[in-house]
Amino acid sequence: MLNFTKSKTISIYLTFLIISFFAFLNFQKSENRIIDKKVNLGLDLQGGSYLLLEIDTIPLIQERIQDKVIPIKKLLKKNDLKYSNFRINQTKIFFILEKKEYKKLDNIFFSKKENNVNPYIEQYKAHELDMKNNSGTIVINFSKYGTLVLNNAALKQSIEIIRRRIDDVGTKEPTILQRGDKRILVELPGIKDPERVKNLIGKTAQLNFRLISDTSSEFGFDKLISESGEELNVSKRIIMSGENLIDSQPRLDNQSNKPTVSFTLNRLGSQKFGKATTNNVGKRMAIVLDNKIVSAPSINEPIAGGQGVISGNFTFQEATDLALLLRSGALPTPLKIVEERTVGPDLGKDSIKSGTFSLIVGFILVILYMIFKYRFFGIIANISLIANLLMLVGILTILEATLTLPGIAGIILTVGMAVDANVLIFERIKEELKTEKSAIHAFDIGYNKAKITVLDANITTLIAAFILFAFGSGPIKGFAITLGIGIITTLFSAYFIARHLTSWFVLSKKNNSIKL
Amino acid sequence: MKRNFNFSNLFKKANVLSLILFILSIACIAIKGLNYGIDFKGGTLIELRVLDKNITISDIRSSFKNMVIGDVNIKEFGNKNDYLIKIEQTNENNKNLIIKLKNNISKNLNTDLDFRRVENVGPKVSSELLEAGLIAITLSLAAMLFYIWIRFEWQFSIGAIMALFHDVVITMGIFSLLSFEINLSIIAAVLTIVGYSMNDTVVIYDRIRENLSKYNKLNINDISNLSINETLSRTLITSVTTLLALFSIFILGGEILKGFSFAMILGVIIGTYSSIFVASPILKYFRVTYKTMQKEEEKII
Repeated sequence: MLNFTKSKTISIYLTFLIISFFAFLNFQKSENRIIDKKVNLGLDLQGGSYLLLEIDTIPLIQERIQDKVIPIKKLLKKNDLKYSNFRINQTKIFFILEKKEYKKLDNIFFSKKENNVNPYIEQYKAHELDMKNNSGTIVINFSKYGTLVLNNAALKQSIEIIRRRIDDVGTKEPTILQRGDKRILVELPGIKDPERVKNLIGKTAQLNFRLISDTSSEFGFDKLISESGEELNVSKRIIMSGENLIDSQPRLDNQSNKPTVSFTLNRLGSQKFGKATTNNVGKRMAIVLDNKIVSAPSINEPIAGGQGVISGNFTFQEATDLALLLRSGALPTPLKIVEERTVGPDLGKDSIKSGTFSLIVGFILVILYMIFKYRFFGIIANISLIANLLMLVGILTILEATLTLPGIAGIILTVGMAVDANVLIFERIKEELKTEKSAIHAFDIGYNKAKITVLDANITTLIAAFILFAFGSGPIKGFAITLGIGIITTLFSAYFIARHLTSWFVLSKKNNSIKL
Repeated sequence: MKRNFNFSNLFKKANVLSLILFILSIACIAIKGLNYGIDFKGGTLIELRVLDKNITISDIRSSFKNMVIGDVNIKEFGNKNDYLIKIEQTNENNKNLIIKLKNNISKNLNTDLDFRRVENVGPKVSSELLEAGLIAITLSLAAMLFYIWIRFEWQFSIGAIMALFHDVVITMGIFSLLSFEINLSIIAAVLTIVGYSMNDTVVIYDRIRENLSKYNKLNINDISNLSINETLSRTLITSVTTLLALFSIFILGGEILKGFSFAMILGVIIGTYSSIFVASPILKYFRVTYKTMQKEEEKII
């Protein structure tokens, strides 16, 4: 175990030098980086917000089942199927059909070709809708896969819209990722005003323009409270919605000097808006955002050209945010923040300070203790410990891993536990020295016999680190990474670097007795 | 320096002590329960730095009086100006809770405040986190059991797992007794303890296996005793270096790492104890002899 060929020695130190070279990349000035790799700081160290959002698909399904009403009724009429008692309850459509006719409906409803009412989803080999016959009452609802398709589309679209909103605010290096099939993870490092961003992300921002009517129309109306506090009957019929917007900007009104939001419509939107305003001069129109009236101005003249202004009681910040929301588009379905963690920049700085300080102190204590215990060989163990740390940071840099506060704890723990490999070996050699006359022989046997134990002992910790990595979240993952990589670098430094140094020392002393 | 301490005399007493501690821990966890943090219970946590020295903890407490929220728990956190405020989870649909809380404190205290940390965990996520934590611990125990079973014999793997169980339960028992908070970092600490304690046990087991084939006349008690003695200085040195590192985190690493490093310190001490006094004596009950090892070896060949 003490013989090293030249090529082996070279490759050991070359590996060490290359890996630890990366550790020093972290000290480069940020302007002129040669190799753009560095350890990233986790949110708990640099400050920032972690948000976990969950989409609520039920409102979306309710909306989509509503959209199916007319096509289904048309389908029934076209095929001379007599139905009665047609109604919607939450996410299901019910109606009553004569017994004999169910077979016929079933054939049409589940036909695979050109089925616009109930499309066949090739990917899942299933239809969008399910239909059941409950002793005469037909129940239609979205099938498992139909719901899945809706859900996935809504999730993708939500991620896109959130990305647009966050980019618009101008946050540095945000992370926006899908987590599971209902969740979106958002990480915003170094964010100054988390509440504003949360507010922007969490708003559905469904904008629509609806008339205010005193007489009941066939569409029915909602009773909503206006910005000035009066209760208004807002028609359920939507003249135009936010989808038709192509741009929106905050403005200062020339006359009143109040912040407003201007908007520009696309062609279809301009046509709809022009027509509605022409036909309803003198009436009032409500601008409704997420079922709340932003303002309800009177239509003084037809508005053509697809340009308009929303004036409400905004502060400039509110106008800016509303314009941003309208530009980025509405979320397909409401989002809920299910987990939120925000760390201020001060705490992050303090954590780095105390983490680094305790690392240095722990390191010095361990080094002193090893010298006290093993004298010269303690120095060898310490050299291998330093090499170990350099390589650990080097690998973290190569992987561009994220360093968290628990991650720093993992490094300190590695310092404490890394010497174990050398302790195991040295203690073994001590035992062998008692019986073996030749020191070289004792060292050789010692390294050999300790090998299995060192491996066994470290694999168990590696298993724990691996499981921690698989199940842990955020900062804990950072701990698992440093702990796991620390074990690998420990094995390398103990069995290659420390062993080489020991052998070099032992072999150079030849026949002199060596004390450990 | 030759240490020759007769551990086997202490085995019986130690086993009784371990059993009592184990039962007391389970009783404490069952009766008193564990103090789950917001990670596992849901709720809101605010770490607040108050720059005005005249403001006391009761001022902060009374600033919540006019709000309809769950139980509020406030304590000093680290230094005198820092407070940790925990608010119990009540209903799910409190969308703007955090901004309301912030505004409310700022208005009532009427001074410069630094919100150093704000966390909010919903009920669904917290139960998922707890579940993931329990799965992780169970899985790590199973993985260790499996690893030892492959590397050694089944008697050893049961001994090791009992020692691990002993460590985890007693650590949790102490946390329950002291009402220390259980959060995500404690789960990380428990898993690391599992790894560490296993590490210690494996070193002794390795030596027991070696000595069983070397001295086939000795009984398992003597073999255990010999092996523990032979590895004792390593066991102690490694525990010391690990504890040196842990104490430096505990004392200097800041408030956030306090719970984590405390759990680890307990775990390292209990884990070292259990490798000597739990994992090794157990082998006796399984009648591990030289022959067990031989049989296994034949099987492999």
